[in-house]
Amino acid sequence: MSTIAEDLARLEEIVRRLEADDVELDAALALFEEGVARLRAARERLAAADLKVQTVLEGADGELRTRDLDR
Amino acid sequence: MALSFQMDLISPADDVWSVTRLTTVVKRLVEGELPALWVRGEVTGCKTYPSGHCYFTLRDSMSQVRCCLWRRDMPRAGKPPADGTEVYLLVRPGVYEAKGEFQLNVLRILPTAAVGAGQRELERVKAVLHQDGLLDPGRKRALPSLAGTVAVVTSTAGAALHDIITVAHRRWPAARVLVVDARVQGEGAVEALARALGIVNRLDGVDVCIVGRGGGAREDLSAFNTEPVCRALAAVRVPTISAVGHETDISLTDLVADVRAPTPSAAAELAFPDHRDVRRALDDLGARLAGGLGSRARLGLERVDRAGDRITAAMATVLERHHHRVGRLGAQLDALSPLRVLERGYALPTAPDGRVLKRRADFQPGAAFTLRVADGQVPARAEPR
Repeated sequence: MSTIAEDLARLEEIVRRLEADDVELDAALALFEEGVARLRAARERLAAADLKVQTVLEGADGELRTRDLDR
Repeated sequence: MALSFQMDLISPADDVWSVTRLTTVVKRLVEGELPALWVRGEVTGCKTYPSGHCYFTLRDSMSQVRCCLWRRDMPRAGKPPADGTEVYLLVRPGVYEAKGEFQLNVLRILPTAAVGAGQRELERVKAVLHQDGLLDPGRKRALPSLAGTVAVVTSTAGAALHDIITVAHRRWPAARVLVVDARVQGEGAVEALARALGIVNRLDGVDVCIVGRGGGAREDLSAFNTEPVCRALAAVRVPTISAVGHETDISLTDLVADVRAPTPSAAAELAFPDHRDVRRALDDLGARLAGGLGSRARLGLERVDRAGDRITAAMATVLERHHHRVGRLGAQLDALSPLRVLERGYALPTAPDGRVLKRRADFQPGAAFTLRVADGQVPARAEPR
């Protein structure tokens, strides 16, 4: 799953390409559709976001595990 | 001689002070006027009594003063000093009325040798860090504009973590905070901090690392001035923020980190983006997305200049009508969709290879092509000219 940061970066790229005048209409349509989907996904993720706080623990085997921290 | 004559006589009308009144007033003057202060001198005659209180004399070449280290202050003040030790004392001056004695109530004891050694060690660490280039301004990395995951190296029992989480919650609820617990003061703090910073490098997806603690006494912040902690911080692979103590405290980690924050809360303000800025950026991108496609559509379709004007006008109307941001954007996107343009009766001619036929020369007489209309495609053929 992409992050909001990735969505934003991709959206910026899509908009830059759409704003340049060298894209065929079909390609533009595909970019537009992807852009709308990314925009919607980013908005939904932002609306549903809930801060996640976890502690990192190192087990006896040296493996790192995370555990939700009570707030 | 008249003066001495008068001084030898006390008349019943004279105001005669009792010893208690005098000592009470002196006590009030001393304790009211003098704040807690640092004094430097040499310790002599140090003795701890069965009561647990410790008494000694602090002197320099000219003067001396009695000092009391009360049992209740001992855990914070530090060990009673041995005779002959030169010390800095944090004291609250007072008067012991029962004996009419001026005395210092001891709150903190720092042997001057230890302070001198601490300062020398600080200078040494700073020099080696400088020599190894770890303090170079050119080494500083910029913080990411949109950190999703922030590692925080601090004590889970400390106030700093609470402050950071509070700010994160307010600014960037999409964040993930990974706390790597470490002692930040006392025995083992240096090793714990260095180890925790090493763990940050083994975590996936971390964008920024905050290391720090809340305010405390100067010696409580000392772990952040040590070489192992500074080197471990310099080795962290993502941009780092150091936030140690209060605004006025500067530690060596502040110099090594990519960014120094005056407090843990300020570090969080720097690390986490503000969700309002991100929402604005999304709105802006949405509008440009619609505008970008609109210009593509103009190039692909006939008579779109006028259509474009109408779209702009329609968009302005829509903008007026819809105050709600998301609804507004959706309307813009919809209005600008080329499918919507087709709805109004325009058709898009494409060659069998999918290429859009834009110019007269693109149509070979007798050649087959496809017309894309609102509800599907229509086979067509160019008539001979």
